[in-house]
Parts: sequence; structure tokens; C-alpha cells
Amino acid sequence: MSQSDATLRIELQFSGGMELLFDNQKTIHAKVPASFPLDGSAENRHAATIRDLISWTASNLLKERPELFIGADGSVRSGILVLVNGADWELEGELEYELEDRDEIVFISTLHGG
Amino acid sequence: MTTESLEVKVKRLEQEKAALEQEVRALRLEQSIAVTAAAGAQQLYASSGDTVTNDSRGATPSSAFTPFERVAALTNPEIARYGRQLILPGFGIQAQMDLRNCSMLVVGAGGLGASCALYLGAAGVGRLGIVDHDTVDISNLHRQVIHNEARQGMSKARSAALSIQLLNPHCEVVVHELVLESSNAQEIVNAYDIIIDATDNVATRYLLNDASVLGQKPLVSGSALRLDGQLTIYNYSGGPCYRCLFPTPPPSETVTNCSDGGVLGVVPGIIGCLQALEAIKIATGLNKEDPPTMTLFSANSSTMFRTIKLRKRKPDCIMCGDAPTITKLIDYVRFCGSSATDKTPDLFLIPYNERITCQSYKELLKDSVPHLLLDVREKVQFDICSLPSSLNIPLKALPNELEKVKARLDGQNDRPVYVVCRRGNDSQPAVRILQENGITTGEVKDIVGGLERWSNTIDPDFPKY
Repeated sequence: MSQSDATLRIELQFSGGMELLFDNQKTIHAKVPASFPLDGSAENRHAATIRDLISWTASNLLKERPELFIGADGSVRSGILVLVNGADWELEGELEYELEDRDEIVFISTLHGG
Repeated sequence: MTTESLEVKVKRLEQEKAALEQEVRALRLEQSIAVTAAAGAQQLYASSGDTVTNDSRGATPSSAFTPFERVAALTNPEIARYGRQLILPGFGIQAQMDLRNCSMLVVGAGGLGASCALYLGAAGVGRLGIVDHDTVDISNLHRQVIHNEARQGMSKARSAALSIQLLNPHCEVVVHELVLESSNAQEIVNAYDIIIDATDNVATRYLLNDASVLGQKPLVSGSALRLDGQLTIYNYSGGPCYRCLFPTPPPSETVTNCSDGGVLGVVPGIIGCLQALEAIKIATGLNKEDPPTMTLFSANSSTMFRTIKLRKRKPDCIMCGDAPTITKLIDYVRFCGSSATDKTPDLFLIPYNERITCQSYKELLKDSVPHLLLDVREKVQFDICSLPSSLNIPLKALPNELEKVKARLDGQNDRPVYVVCRRGNDSQPAVRILQENGITTGEVKDIVGGLERWSNTIDPDFPKY
């Protein structure tokens, strides 16, 4: 397998209403490319980060209304909290966190109802 | 006025009369219980600025800003009442005294506030403030169990206070019948030790966060929608504030309220109980050493509860950071681009002359004018009730399912198409979609006020939900 074909097994979870954007799936077991950009040559590639995961998820898995998922600067829109293996992504480097095989990434939309 | 509409009116008035009579009976009963319970008990206060003089039971009007009297010992009736907590190892008399000498503010007497305020009142919190501007509606009662059938139309803050008083007259309840906003929030928040965010909208959540940071109060925040809930303590013990986590408010179109998204009644009840628990832990110092977390609840997930580690306070937070740039409350409605209530506002996308009224649609039905009625509500709502021979395509699906509309028109391409929804909001973008796709050469209009107005003005037998 060449480097460009390598993938990471990532468990994506959606909650707080995020799942509605993904055909009501709360969990998706995804095979995510291990390096990006996908059209880059081997030497131009870097290990996949959450930033890459967000745009990859938007292009490959999102079923509707990307503006409800993607925000400015390639991040998620405001009001979405991202968890890396059960912890606030801020503790892990936010967008620049490098994905590892079998990571669990959760996207949670904050709720406001009461 | 036609005979038919007169009959409709008479029928509606008779229904209202029966409902009012029921309410009067229930209120009378409740009043007789309340008078007994209140005798010799603590008084129900009305907040300053509140013009409603308190009260039918002759209590003295007072305010949250009356100094809260702390005590050195529990009375015998209190010891008898709280006995099961007093003998609890790790809680005991000291924690019970801490509760008695603590004041808490519950903002929102809705689904979260209902269970939260009841349990806090029952547990022995000394002074409990309740903020709510709204009144009790029948559609609240599946989850807002602090209110009841007889109190429809009563102020929620007042109804909540009454329920707490009936449950535990030792709890001093302060009623704040108002919309919490920049002009009044700081003074109210400052008058309490612990703040509980049981609100239903983004603007008030930011307002409460900022007021809590400025007033240096811990904020126990809960939220719930559909089958999910979330719980976090902000501004406490080195943890983050709401703005550390969410510096920018979400786009208003991504915010769903319970009235549009639905909510299973027990879900906010569970989160409200957790808020009461966390507030009790703060008051008694049980969780001082705990790292900041967020608890996620998902009713139909195999792991219903999940607790995640959160970042600490962010030194660069504009609110609670080392050099804050916000030093007083701002305009939160503007900041969030959404109102400080959870009511769905009316949309005005389409000029009035491109819409028809319920009355005109009724005439059109009576005259058997050939047309297609398109109902753009979600299927789950369509299944509750619908007008005869309407075609259901939810707004979200409409752009991809125009073929279904064409199929129903069956070659009659000059047929008028009328669009209806629950309140006359979603029907407007739907009209635009149909027009842009040239679905008919006939007119395309939506029904002003939707099915809710149809029920109010044309057919009182048509259900409202």
C-alpha cells in the first residue's frame, strides 16, 4: 500500500442534533486518509489533522446544509464542541491535532432549549 | 357574518367557557390548600420593580435585596424535615446548614427549572429566587411539572414559587416576574450565591454567563432538546466560563427551540435534577476539587450519560481572562442576533399580496376551486393532523422532490398551488422554491398564519400542538 492509500480508522460521533446532518447516524466508522492534501505529491503531504478531518467529513459524509457544520477558517461553525477521545479538543491542540488510528472524534452541537 | 362562522364562534366560546370554569374550580381548591400551608410559614416575596402586589394570601411584599438572614442553627421542624440528609455520611448537619445559609437563583421556570427548583426547595436551600417572564401554557405541562392544569395563564415564576411553598414552607422564595436583560440582570445576580441557568435561549445564556463572571458567581448551566441534554458548571474553581468554550454565538438558524424541535418531557427533568445536584454540591463544597467537565445525556443512546473533560479558564477569554475586554453587560439580543425568549418570531419573506388568509382559503374550498394544497411541515407533524387532500413534502426535502408536486398536478399546469405549514413561516420559502422552479402557471401562495391560525379562526376542532 502506498502512503497515499493509507487510511486511519476513525470513529465519528454526532450528538446534540448534529446527527440530523448525517442522515440521523450517531456513529460513523470512517476510513479517513492518513495524509493530506489528497491531490498533493508524497512530499507535500502532512499527517491528517482535525482540520483535514472536518473538510473531509463535509465532502464525504455530510448529507445536507454544510453551513450548519462548517464555519470560518476551516473549523466547525460556532456552537459546535469537538471532543478528541473524550476530552475537549482545546486540550489536544484543536484544529492542528494529528489524528491517530482508532481515534474517537465527537461533534456536539450545544443545546439551548429548556 | 355568515351563520356558519357564527356557529364556529359560539362553539369556540363555549369551549373557552368550560375551560375557564374548570380553571376556577381548580384554583379555588388550590387556594384553600395554600392558605392552610402558608399559615405560620415563610412568606412569598415579590421582587422590587414587580408591580404585582403580593398576594392573595396577605404576605408582605419584599425584595431579593432584603438582606438574606443566615442562621446559626436549624430549628426542630427543619431537623425533622431534613433528617434523611442529616444522617447521610459526608453530608450531615454542616452541609444542611450550608444549604440553609445559601441563596440560589433559578433563571427559567420551564422544563429545567421545574425539577431543579422543586428539588432545591425541598432540599433546604435558604432562599430561592425564580426568574421567569412567561405564563403557564397547556403545552408546557408535559415537562414543566412544577406548574399545573389550574395555573394556565398564571405567571410561571409565581406558580413555581407557590409549588415550592406548598412543598416546603421553610424555603424563602423570591419571585422575579421579568425578562432578564442587561438593565436588571447584574443587580439580581449579585443578590444570590449560586446562579442556575435553566433558560431556553442563546441571548439569555450569554447574559447570565457575563453577569455571573462579573458578579463572581458559579453558574450551573443546563440545556435540553429532543432526547438530549447537557450540563456544565461555568466560572467555578478554575474552570471555563461559557465564552471560553463558545466565544461566538451560534448562527441563529442553527438554534432550535423546544417548540419547533420537540422535547421528551422527562429529558429536561433529568437535566434539571442534575443542576439541582450540582448546585447543592457547590453550596456544600462537595465538588471543589473536581476538574471542569461537561455531562452529556442522550436518552436513546446505549451510554445515556457521558462526562467529558473540559478546558480550564482561558487566560485570553474576553470575559473571564486575565485582561477582559468586557467589563459590563452588553446588548445580548444584538450580540446573538436572536431574541431573549424561545418564541418563534413571525417571518416576513413574502409580500402580503402574494399570500392568502385562512378565510380566503376557506372560501376557495367552499367554492370547490381546483387547486393543490402543499403542506411543508415535517412528516411527524403532518401525522398529527392535516387538511383534507393536502400533499406533504417537508420544506427541507422540497427542492429534491418537486417531481412529486408535478405528479400531483398531473398535467394541469395552470392549477394554483397553496402552501401551508404550522405557523406560516416555512410556507414562505416554500412558495419561493415553487416559483423559482416554475411549478405552475397558476398562482402560488401561502396561507398566512398556517394551521395554527386555521384552528383559531376557522375550525376550532382542528388540533393545535
